[in-house]
Amino acid sequence: VSAAPLTRAEIDRLRAQFPILSREVNGHPLVYLDSAATAQKPSVVIEAESAFSATSNAAVHRGAHTLAGEATELYEDARGTVARFLAVDDAEVVFTSHATEALNLVAYALGTASLGRSHPGRGAGSSADAARFALAEGDEIVVTELEHHANLIPWQELAARTGATLRHIPVLDHGGLDLDAAAQIISERTRVLALSHVSNVTGALTPLDVLVPLARAVGALIVLDACQSAPHLPLKPRELDVDIAVFSAHKLYGPTGIGVLWGRAEILNALPPFLYGGSMITTVTMERAEYLPAPQRFEPGTPRLAQAVGLAAAIRFVEAVGMDRIAATEHVLAARLLAGLARIPGVRVLGAENPAARIALASIVVDDVHAHDAGQVLDDRGIAARVGHHCAQPLHRRFGITASLRLSAGIHTTEDELELAIDAVAGIRPFFGFDGGAGA
Amino acid sequence: VSGLEQLYQQIIMDHSKHPHGVGLTAGDETSHQRNPVCGDEVTLALRWDAADGTIADVAWEGSGCSISQASASLLATLAEESAEEGQPWTPEELTALVGEFREALRSRGAITLDEERFGDAAALSGVSKYVARVKCAMLAWVAAEDLLARRSASGA
Repeated sequence: VSAAPLTRAEIDRLRAQFPILSREVNGHPLVYLDSAATAQKPSVVIEAESAFSATSNAAVHRGAHTLAGEATELYEDARGTVARFLAVDDAEVVFTSHATEALNLVAYALGTASLGRSHPGRGAGSSADAARFALAEGDEIVVTELEHHANLIPWQELAARTGATLRHIPVLDHGGLDLDAAAQIISERTRVLALSHVSNVTGALTPLDVLVPLARAVGALIVLDACQSAPHLPLKPRELDVDIAVFSAHKLYGPTGIGVLWGRAEILNALPPFLYGGSMITTVTMERAEYLPAPQRFEPGTPRLAQAVGLAAAIRFVEAVGMDRIAATEHVLAARLLAGLARIPGVRVLGAENPAARIALASIVVDDVHAHDAGQVLDDRGIAARVGHHCAQPLHRRFGITASLRLSAGIHTTEDELELAIDAVAGIRPFFGFDGGAGA
Repeated sequence: VSGLEQLYQQIIMDHSKHPHGVGLTAGDETSHQRNPVCGDEVTLALRWDAADGTIADVAWEGSGCSISQASASLLATLAEESAEEGQPWTPEELTALVGEFREALRSRGAITLDEERFGDAAALSGVSKYVARVKCAMLAWVAAEDLLARRSASGA
């Protein structure tokens, strides 16, 4: 990492822009370490959403009145902002409800393609185009054992609907992926590789430099869940050589209710639509319809307007800081977090031995104390952490546990806050009457 | 006493570390309850006195947070104490207890469980201020309620 980490003064100036950070929880200043679940919003995002609703709200892509024009311009400007953020073309950016819907969209569209349905459209989307995505018995979909349920269950269902087989790249004891196994599992039968960029449980970066070429060599469609990378490091899906990437706005300091699907134009325009209705068609008769190209073919109904405007504000906010500097800061925080947790007897960090680079996120197991109880001790000190399986039951099962406690930093996190959290974690076993000094 | 200490009273800590009433047998009719948020699980059986239709014993097995496990243990203890005092619960009495327990736990701290009626289980009153934990404490009691409803539906 070549960029300079943020200085404390810079982080303090950022903190001042998050209204929620001024509140107290249980008599303590809020220490928000649950950004991986949902990030807090800076004033610019809250105000952008509010200003849109107050001054420019109207239905987009229709109507000739002034407000409709302004709203359309702002909505399409938001699309352009996302496109610039990802270094892709505007027409390749589809707004969805969230990353989960984006992944379901892709899986469902592949399922529809597998039925041989024709989806005529303007210049693209013929049945011949869609046919290249058709799955059948003998085809394989490959995921990894560490996926969030949102990047697992849609593929389970797609496999069940098409007769294809779902396979997974296993996780090794140290929490990283088994790359030797991956080289065997990804084969000529692999039609889809769906994987996360960063694990939402271990925080480790997936070795895309190894896995993507394996899938590319066999012509598989490569789908990247970038939910945990988009807020923390520069995300350039074309440089990563994937075909589709998804992320959620609310983890990127933006609004809930909106997610992003990026796909290569030639792929999006060949995929059948997912949801059908208004705003996505060219000609409709009582018998049939013809469809617009991407992105409109995937955006039926009235879109998420204020949310798109809020997302654009969030992207401008992180871009002003610089994604490279955010990544550099995370690097420092991650090292501090892991080192601090490693010193606490009876506390295990999931995937700590994995040498991969990571974001400032750690999930821990406290010996003899259930994650739910451990989280309560942190909450008592105003520290917001996530407890549970973090929508990754298979990975927790792989680690031999049902739940963990996750600490995840954001752009506003200071080293002092991490120290408070580490102190609080050190107090968990003693609070429940277990030896805080024995170790496991 | 901090809020956290009110939640995790010594009785709850003791019951979570040394739970009572654990152990199901093959013949038990059980109700399995899960809290999908955190993975708490309780499988519970009501053992009926064949002669008078009262509850002779509450047995269970489970895993999860201390609140969920202590709550199951405290329910089993309360059943045992009632039986030992020669006043084993009728289905109606246990139904009423579960209802009162739920009302108190959902009261956000407004209602304290009566120690006369709930014994050591009254220590769970502190849970009611922690909305996210109410489901943990309810698991065993919901299992009991489920079994009572099944028995009632079967016409026993």
